[in-house]
Amino acid sequence: MGKTVALFATCINDVMYPETCVATVALLERLGCEVAFPVEQTCCGQIFTNTGYHAEALGAVRAYAEAFSPYDFVVGPSGSCVASVRDQHPLLAAETGDARLMEAVASVVARTYELTEFLIDVLGLEDVGAYFPHTVTFHPTCHAVRMAKVGDRPARLLAQVRGLTLVPLEGADQCCGFGGTFSVKNDALSAALVADKASEVMRTGAEYLVNVDNACLMNIGGRLHREGGAQGGGCTIRTIHLAEILACTEGDGGRWGL
Amino acid sequence: MSTSSPPHSATASTTPPPVAPPTMRRTPAPPPGRLIDAPPFPQGAAEALKNQQLRDNMRHATHTIRAKRARVTAELPNWEELRAAGEAIKNRTLENLDYYLEQLEANLIKNGAQVHWASDAQEAQRIVIDLIKAKGENMTHQPTPQEVVKVKSMVTQEIELNEALEAEGIAAWETDLAELIVQLGHDRPSNILVPAIHRNRDEVREIFLREMKLYGKPAPEDLDNDPKNLAAAARLHLREKFLRAKIALSGVNFCVAESGTLVIVESEGNGRMCLTLPETLISITGIEKLVPTAQDLEVMLQLLPRSSTGERMNPYTSMWTGVTPGDGPQEVHVVLVDNGRSRVLADPVGREALRCIRCAACMHQCPVYEKVGGHPYGSVYPGPIGSVLTPQLRGLDSAIDKSLPYASTLCGACAEVCPVKIPIPDILVHLRQRVVDEKKRGHRGLEQSLMRLGGWVMAKGSRLGLAGAAAGLARALIRKEYLRSLPGLGKRWTAARDLRMPPRRNFRHWWKHERGGQA
Ligand code: SF4
Repeated sequence: MGKTVALFATCINDVMYPETCVATVALLERLGCEVAFPVEQTCCGQIFTNTGYHAEALGAVRAYAEAFSPYDFVVGPSGSCVASVRDQHPLLAAETGDARLMEAVASVVARTYELTEFLIDVLGLEDVGAYFPHTVTFHPTCHAVRMAKVGDRPARLLAQVRGLTLVPLEGADQCCGFGGTFSVKNDALSAALVADKASEVMRTGAEYLVNVDNACLMNIGGRLHREGGAQGGGCTIRTIHLAEILACTEGDGGRWGL
Repeated sequence: MSTSSPPHSATASTTPPPVAPPTMRRTPAPPPGRLIDAPPFPQGAAEALKNQQLRDNMRHATHTIRAKRARVTAELPNWEELRAAGEAIKNRTLENLDYYLEQLEANLIKNGAQVHWASDAQEAQRIVIDLIKAKGENMTHQPTPQEVVKVKSMVTQEIELNEALEAEGIAAWETDLAELIVQLGHDRPSNILVPAIHRNRDEVREIFLREMKLYGKPAPEDLDNDPKNLAAAARLHLREKFLRAKIALSGVNFCVAESGTLVIVESEGNGRMCLTLPETLISITGIEKLVPTAQDLEVMLQLLPRSSTGERMNPYTSMWTGVTPGDGPQEVHVVLVDNGRSRVLADPVGREALRCIRCAACMHQCPVYEKVGGHPYGSVYPGPIGSVLTPQLRGLDSAIDKSLPYASTLCGACAEVCPVKIPIPDILVHLRQRVVDEKKRGHRGLEQSLMRLGGWVMAKGSRLGLAGAAAGLARALIRKEYLRSLPGLGKRWTAARDLRMPPRRNFRHWWKHERGGQA
C-alpha cells in the first residue's frame, strides 16, 4: 500500500459536510495511504451542467484538471460528483474545442475514483476494520448506481462492518427527488418524492440512514428532520455518509471527528 | 395562459384543429384546448399531484407493470445483448434512413400498396382525408363515407388526425379498449401503451354506461365493474363498428425495408380485425419506424413485448405485405410522416431519441411520471421519452416545451430499462443547454445571474474557501442546525423539508489547521 491519494472533497462536503471529508481522511490514513488535499479544487460543476449552463461549469472543470493532475489516485466520497467528473467533464472539455484541456481532462478522469471503488478495486479491501454498533438502512443513490456504476460495493463494505445491523429499505432504488435544481424548479414533485422516501426510511426503524451521497442525505435528512419536528420529539433517524461509518473503529470509539 | 387545468386535446402541431359545432359532432368531443398550450410542466404537475385518486391509480399500475417487466427481462440470459442489438439495428437504420426509406417504398409499391409522403401534420391529415373522401365517392357516390375504424396509433394522435377527420364529417372510432375508454371519456391518453392508465374500473364502468348509448350499441344496464364484463361490453359495442366499416386506419410498429412488410403487435385482436375486415387499409407511420431486414424483427419482437406489457410475446402479431388478392384489404395505403423527424436527425445528441420503439418502459419506471401521470407533459408522448422527443419535434418555443427538459431528477431509471438504450438523461441535459442558450439571448434573469456567480466562485479554490467561510459565519450568527422556513426561492425547499445549515468550519479550514495547509 502506501499510496498517495488526493482527496476530492466536493463542494457540498467541503462546506456542508466537512465531517465526511475528515472521516475519509481518517479512513484512508488508517489504511496506510498518504492523503493530500490540493486546495485549488472546487466542485464537479454538475449544478451548472445539469441546469443547462455549460459555459459556467468550465471554471470548475479546469480547476479540477489542474488541481489533480499531479496525482495517481483521486478519490471522492460522492457517487454523483465522481460520475459528473467522469461522464460530463470530457464532454464539456470537448465543447470548448481546447485540445489541451481535453487531454488534461481525459487523463485526470481516468485516475478518478469514488471512495468505495478505491477501497475495493485499488486497495483490494472489503473489510476495512470498521466497527459501528448500530441499526442502519442503506439507500443506493441514483447517480452512484446508474452513472458512477459503483454496483454493490457500498453494500459489500457495509456487510463487513462489525456490530452493524443492516435493515432493508423498501423501494430503495427509487429516487429521493433531489435532482439538484429540480428540487426548486419542480418543488411540488420533489416534495412528494422525498416524502415517500422519508416515510420508507422511517418504516425501517433504523437509527441511521446511510449512503454515499450527502446531497441526497441533505434532502432526505431535511425531510426526516421536519417529520421528527412535527412529532415534537426532534429527529430520531440520523443520516450518515458511508465514509463516517467506515472510519469508526472499536479502538477509537468513533472519535475521528472535527 | 390558463393556470387552473391543463388543456386537453391531442394536438401536437402548430395550427389549431378545425372543430365542428358540438351538435354536428360524430364522435365524443375531446377536452377543449391544445396540448402545446399546456402550462409549464411544474404547474401541471403540481395540479396533478393534488388528485389522490390519480396518484393511487398510477402507483398501482406502474408498480404492477414494473414488476412484470423486471420478471420477464431477468429470465433471458442474453437480455443485455438483445438491448445492444436493438440499439445497433436502430442506429444502422437511422444512419442510412434515406436508403432504407426508398427501399421500403419500392417494395411496398411492388407488392401493390400505394405510398404517400407527408412532411408535416397538415399534409398527413390532408392525404388521409382525401383518400377517405375518394373512397366514399367511388363506393357509394355520396360525398363522404361515414366512418373509419382505428387501431391504436401514436402518430395519428401526434398529427391530430381524429379531430381533422371529425371536422370533415368523418367519424374515427378507436377500437383499442383503452383508447375507447379515453375516447368515450372525452379524455386524452396519459400513457402510450396504457392510454387509460389513469382510470380505474369504476370510472370505466361509469363512462361506458353514460356514453356508449350515444355512439352505438349501449352498454348492458346491469354492467358492473368486473374487468371481464367491461371488456365484453366494449367488444359488443365495437363489433358493430368493425362489421360496418369499409376503411381502417392503423399505425405501425415496424416497417421492414427489404420486403415492404408492415408489422403491428397488440393484445386484444382489435388490430387484427381492423387489418383484415375493411376493404381499404390506410397505415400511417413515422419515418423512423423502419428496420432493415425481417431478421431484425427477431430482436425487436423480443425487446418490445418484454419491455412494454411484460409479456414474452405479444398476443397478436400481424404482418402484411401489400395487397393479397381475395384476402384482406384490397387497397393498402402507407403514409410516411416526417413532422419534425428529419430535424431531430440533424442533432447528433438528440437523434438517439429516434431509436424509440414506444414500449413505455421508461414511463413506467419513472418516479416523476408515476406521481403525475401523462397529462402534465402536454404531449401525446409523455414521460421521459416525451420530455426529450416532444421539444425536439415541436421546437423549444412554447412554455411547456421549454419546461419539459427539466421534468426529471436525472435519476437515470429510464435509461436503465430502455430496450434500445436511449441515454435519456444525457439528452435532457443537452436540451437544457439549448433552452438556456435561448434564454441567454434575452434579458438576464435571476437564474442566469446566480449561475454566473456560482460558476465564478467554482473557478478557484480560494473563492470556494471564502464562500465556505461566509456560510460558516452565517451559521455562527444564526446558531441553528436546521432552518424551518426560508423566504423567496428558499421557500421551495423549506415548504417540504428543513434546511441543514453548514457547520461553522468547513473542511478547508480543518485541513489548514490540522495539516498546516500542506497539499
Ligand atoms: S425511450 Fe426506450 S423505454 Fe422509452 S418508450 Fe422509447 S424505447 Fe421504450
